[in-house]
Amino acid sequence: MKLKTILVAGAALAATATVAHADTLADVKARGELNCIVTTGLVGFAYTDENGQWRGFDADFCRATAAAIFGDGSKVKFVPTTGKTRFTALNAGEGDILYRNTTETMSRDVDLKLSFLGINYYDGQGFMVKKDLGVTSAKELNGASVCIQTGTTTELNLADYFRANDMSYEPVPIETNDEARANYLSGRCDVYTTDASGLAATRASLDDPKNHIVLPEIISKEPLGPAVRQGDEAWGDLTRWVLRAVIAAEEYGVTQENVAELSAGPTGKPDVDRLLGTEGNFGEMIGLGNDWAANAIKAVGNYGEIFDRNIGPNTELGIERGLNAQWYDGGLMYAAPIR
Amino acid sequence: MASMEQTAPQMDLLRLWRDKNARAVIIQILTIAGLFFFTFWIVSNAVTNLETIGKGYSFDFLFEPAGYDINQYLIEYTNRSSHLTAAVVGLLNTLLVAVTGIILATVVGFILGVLRLSKNLLMGKIVYTYIEVVRNVPVLLWILLVHGMLISSLPSPKASVSDGWDFLGVSFLSNRGFYLPQPNPEPAFWATVIAFFLGIAGAVVFRRHARKVQDATGKILPVFWVSVAAILGLPILVFLVTGLPIVWSFPELKGFNFVGGFAIKPEFMALTLALSLYTSSFIAENVRGGILAVSHGQTEAAHALGISNSRTLQLVVIPQALRVIIPPLTSQYLNLTKNSSLAIAVGYMDIVATIGGISLNQTGREMECMTIVLLVYLCFSLLISAFMNWYNKRIKLIER
Repeated sequence: MKLKTILVAGAALAATATVAHADTLADVKARGELNCIVTTGLVGFAYTDENGQWRGFDADFCRATAAAIFGDGSKVKFVPTTGKTRFTALNAGEGDILYRNTTETMSRDVDLKLSFLGINYYDGQGFMVKKDLGVTSAKELNGASVCIQTGTTTELNLADYFRANDMSYEPVPIETNDEARANYLSGRCDVYTTDASGLAATRASLDDPKNHIVLPEIISKEPLGPAVRQGDEAWGDLTRWVLRAVIAAEEYGVTQENVAELSAGPTGKPDVDRLLGTEGNFGEMIGLGNDWAANAIKAVGNYGEIFDRNIGPNTELGIERGLNAQWYDGGLMYAAPIR
Repeated sequence: MASMEQTAPQMDLLRLWRDKNARAVIIQILTIAGLFFFTFWIVSNAVTNLETIGKGYSFDFLFEPAGYDINQYLIEYTNRSSHLTAAVVGLLNTLLVAVTGIILATVVGFILGVLRLSKNLLMGKIVYTYIEVVRNVPVLLWILLVHGMLISSLPSPKASVSDGWDFLGVSFLSNRGFYLPQPNPEPAFWATVIAFFLGIAGAVVFRRHARKVQDATGKILPVFWVSVAAILGLPILVFLVTGLPIVWSFPELKGFNFVGGFAIKPEFMALTLALSLYTSSFIAENVRGGILAVSHGQTEAAHALGISNSRTLQLVVIPQALRVIIPPLTSQYLNLTKNSSLAIAVGYMDIVATIGGISLNQTGREMECMTIVLLVYLCFSLLISAFMNWYNKRIKLIER
């Protein structure tokens, strides 16, 4: 009896432990849903609302990808991870794609064996302090205690910045954004540092946002973007072009509202027609239906709509487009052409 | 003989299987073979998968600069130091928590264990309630609770100064830590250190002498007080004679934080307090069990011989109780050491947080980092085990 149990357990392990993924798209289709790795909770980017629904900028990109594959943006299973567990989770096959405000760096791309797909948010590391501290510049932070999320690029930037400016500080390493908030509020640290977008999100979630300020210095480049495991080029292509399609849709004026109308038949605008699949067979090239991009936009809208809905000026985060505006508006969002 | 050779081989096997002793051996061989196969399969699976995604197994990264800062280090460390140095810093931090925790847990545990047996009903019940509450809540919750209480109920450094959270104006209690004056020894301090070791040697010699005197004459010499005088008195005397060769650095509020002195960080306090209180509740129960295991007749017999109460405890009860207490005490020490890996929950930079956390994350070398962490804990545990087994052998009842 005991032997049998052990054998069954062993067989079960054998079935789950094999990680060699060659065809992620086939796996996703067979499973019927996309496993999308997100953060454990960051208002505006990926968090669960009062109904237990995942919301946010990154969450919407997960939905766009699922919609492009299944024609249904709800077929996503969100896999929440900390800054430390995210890459292991991706490499171990717990998720198919990582949308977790993750900075693209050379070592992550090369040494961690990830494939970065592009940038969906241009960010930089900043500092938040309590107003009554009277600090107006990061240069005045000599000797301060600084809360940092451990396992992120911010740790290294922080060390570099203080060393470059010949200042000292006490690092207070924290595992998640919520714990960082608690430590910051209790006064364990004077400063909370993370990406400026994360600071805006954290500040918005405080009871008294007005009593906290984000310092003007941005001490690093943090291009945030999605990543997949290295080794499945077809899957990398698919997910990369979903991201580009959503960005391109804004440029071509395709919105969640007019996408049904525009994709009904050729509009005479070649860019729009190629994007929405009424001309050419770009969807088939990546193993999907030709309405892939139309489905993604139907589910969550174009880049501008996703931005405005989750983190834009009219939300509690109130982030301006800045670097994340389209190229023709002076920003860095520039999707390669779909042709 | 001839008839034996004629039996079919499967009959032999069947007979072997029916034989109880042979069957036991066969099952053991099969189990070991299975275990070997399983381990081999796990390892080869890991190696294959690592190769598939193109990651080798190499410890070269250990010598590259770590790039991150650590807020508590017992050896020189900056963010330019290597990952290996970061690992050693983490290892020493783990050791610090483990050793402090073990000492605290043992002292508190023994006191609680004895109080638990108190004839005073109120005392017994209070300790009983305390033990049951503490040991029946997961230790992680205690760590988080103590840390939360420390950082939210203690004042900020500024308030610590203005609201009088200081001791004689030289030590400050704040949510950034407990800041104490730091003694910096001058060269002449060596004399005091030497005096201390001489004191220990003197105490040992006197103890031997006292035993001889007692064996020969039956006279009991005051070993305890002479030891105290030798170990503490002598160094203090030398310290005074050499003219107080210590310079104190006092903590002072400068800008955001205290500068100077040395700080016991709230993360360390929370971890050590929670771990040692939690473990002490288990040790208390071990101690109670050990004392109860010594039959009352022993005490009565000692009293009948006219041995005083404290000498009875010292010579009759405790030596016999220790035999019962030491083995479970060993596993409590091991538990405490291993539980110290929960440090990550409050951001205390132990071995798991440094090499097994940040280094792992920045370099992506999961297998290598985890191997190091694993081996470190294994070594710690084996060392503690070895020491406790040695001690156990020493105090074991010598049977004649």
